[in-house]
Amino acid sequence: MRVAILGSGNIGTDLMVKVRRAPALRLVAMVGIDPASDGLARARALGVPATDAGLERWLATDPRVDVVVEATSARAHAEHAPLLAARGIRCIDLTPAALGPAVVPDVGLDRHLDAADVSLVTCGAQATVPVVAALSAVGPVGYAEVVCTVASRSAGPGTRQNIDEFTVATARSLEVLGGAAAGKAVIILNPAEPPIVMRNTVYAEVGGMDPAAAADAVRAAVGRVAAYVPGYRLRADPLVADGQVTVFVEVEGAGDYLPRYAGNLDIMTAAAIRVAELYAERLATR
Amino acid sequence: MSDLPAVRLLDSTLRDGSHAIGHRWTPEQVEAIAGGLDRAGMHAVGVGHGDGLGASSIQYLRALHPDEELLRTARRVLEHAKLAVTFQPGIGTGRHLEQAAELGADLARIATHCTEADISVQHIGVARELGMDVHGDLMMPHMTTPAKLAEQARIMVDAGARGVHIMDSAGALTPDDVKARVVAFRDAFGGDAEVGIHAHENLSLAVANTLVAVGEGATLADACLAGAGAGAGNCQMEALVAVLDRVGRPTGIDLFALQDLAEELVRPAMPRQPVVDRTTLTQGYAGVPGSFLLHAQRVAERFGVDPRDLIVEVGRYQAVAGQEDLLIEIAARSAADRSAAAG
Repeated sequence: MRVAILGSGNIGTDLMVKVRRAPALRLVAMVGIDPASDGLARARALGVPATDAGLERWLATDPRVDVVVEATSARAHAEHAPLLAARGIRCIDLTPAALGPAVVPDVGLDRHLDAADVSLVTCGAQATVPVVAALSAVGPVGYAEVVCTVASRSAGPGTRQNIDEFTVATARSLEVLGGAAAGKAVIILNPAEPPIVMRNTVYAEVGGMDPAAAADAVRAAVGRVAAYVPGYRLRADPLVADGQVTVFVEVEGAGDYLPRYAGNLDIMTAAAIRVAELYAERLATR
Repeated sequence: MSDLPAVRLLDSTLRDGSHAIGHRWTPEQVEAIAGGLDRAGMHAVGVGHGDGLGASSIQYLRALHPDEELLRTARRVLEHAKLAVTFQPGIGTGRHLEQAAELGADLARIATHCTEADISVQHIGVARELGMDVHGDLMMPHMTTPAKLAEQARIMVDAGARGVHIMDSAGALTPDDVKARVVAFRDAFGGDAEVGIHAHENLSLAVANTLVAVGEGATLADACLAGAGAGAGNCQMEALVAVLDRVGRPTGIDLFALQDLAEELVRPAMPRQPVVDRTTLTQGYAGVPGSFLLHAQRVAERFGVDPRDLIVEVGRYQAVAGQEDLLIEIAARSAADRSAAAG
C-alpha cells in the first residue's frame, strides 16, 4: 500500500523510519513546507521522494498514493482534510484536530476501516484505552481514570499551549472507545534529567468483576499493544482490590528518530503504522 | 516601618488544609471558617480540593463535598475577602474555571511545576477573560535555580498574572533559598507583579521563611489556621500574624479571632495534627511534595512498607506534585520483589 507522510518534523521523520520498515507499506513521498527541514534532507538521502512545496502543490502533481499520514498541526489538518477527501485519499491523523472518528488499533478499528479520516486522539488515549476496553469486555466499567506522566522535553509547544485538548480528548476516548461510563484524564509533565520514560496509571472501577479475569484481560491487552509498540509494558502486575483495578504501564520509545524516553510520541507513530497495516491487509483481501 | 509595603495574607485552610483532613471539609465548616476569616480581616480565602479544581479523583482522593458546593457556601459568607481557587493545568480544565467564576470566585491561582510555567498561559488567559484576578503558583521551587525560577515566573506575569507565589510544596527551601528566589522575582518583575510566598513546615522553617520573604519584598503570603496543610502543614496563620505584628509589619488582622478559629474549628477537624515528624521531615529533606503524605501513609499500610522508604524512593525519581500514583507503583513493585525473594 502506498503511503505518504505529511509533515517533516520529528514525528514525520520517525514515521518515515517506521513506514520503510513495514513490509506491507511503501513510502511514496514525504511532504513538508520547510526547505531546511532535517526530515526532508534525510528522506532525500534515503531516496524517498521529498518536497517542501506543501500538500496542495504536491497533490497537483497527481501522485499515486493510498493513504496519507498527517503529522503537521491541527490547524493545517483542517485545511488538508478536504483536499485529501476530494481525491479519495484516506488520512490517518496524528494531530489533535479530531475531525474523523477516534481510533486505537487494538480497539474496534473494524468499525472505521472505511472512514476517510481517522484520528489517533492522544498518546494518553493510545496508552490507556486498550486497558480500559479490555476490562469493559469482561464486565461493566463504571469509571476510568488515567494519569499520564511524560517527560517535559517530549511535550511539544502544541501540547503545552493547549493542555485541555489533551485531557478532554483522552477522557472522552475512555468513554467512547474504552467503554467506561465516565472517564477522567490527568497529564503531568516531569522535567527530570535524564528524561523519564512515559508512564501511565489506569484506575478502573469494576464493581464485582472477577479479579483473576480482570488481571488476565489487562495482561492480554498489554501483550496485543506491545505487538505494535515494542516498548509498551506493565510496570507492575495489575492490582485488583475493592472493586478497583490499578494498572501501571510504561511506554519506552523504539528510538527510531525520536529519543527512547519519548514513548508518548512513539506510541502515536507506531499506532499510525499499525492502522496503515490494517488498511493494507484489508486492501489485500478485497 | 511605614515605608515598607503592606503584606496581604491569603488563607489556605480550606484549600491546602484539605490535605490534612483527606479533602473532607463540609459546607458547615466552610461557612464558619470562611466567615470567621472574613470578619477577622483576611485578604483572600482559598477554598476547594487540596489539589485544585477538578482534582476530586482516585489519584488525588475524592472530596466529601464537590468544589461547587463549598465555593457556593464560601461566596455567601465572604463580604470583604476575595474568594480564591487553585487550578493545576493537566488536572482541571477550562470548564472548571468557568464554573468557579460563575460561582463568584475572585482570584484564580494557576499552579504548575517550577519549570513548566508555559502550560499555565492558556488558563491564565481563560481566568482573566472570565474576569478573575490571577496569580501564578510555581510548585517545587527547590528543584530549580532562582534565576530559572524567575524566568518561569515572568512567563506567568507576561500571560497576565498579577502575582506569582514561590510555592514550597515540599517544604524544602531554607531561608537563604527563599531570599535568593524573592530577589530574583523582584528583579524579573520590575514592579509588574507582586511576589508571594507559600511555605511549608517540613524543615520547621515555615514562619521563618515567610518572614524572610516579606523582608525581601514579598507582599503576598499564604498560611493556614493551626498550620493545617499537606505534609507537615503550612505556615501557621495565627503565628505569622503575631510575628508580623512584632516585627512592625502589622496586617490589621484580628489575632485573637484567628486563634479562636484555629482552636475551636480547625484543630478539632484534623484527625492528625500536622507535625514535623520522621515522615514529614523526610519529605522536606528529600524534597517530596507534602501532598504525598496521606497517600504514602495509606500505601505503606496497604503494602506493609515504611512510608519513609517510599518518600525517599519517590524523591529519587524526581517526582513532581501530582505523581501520587508513583507511590502505589513503587510499593507494589517492592512488595512483589519481597514475595519473589521469599518464595
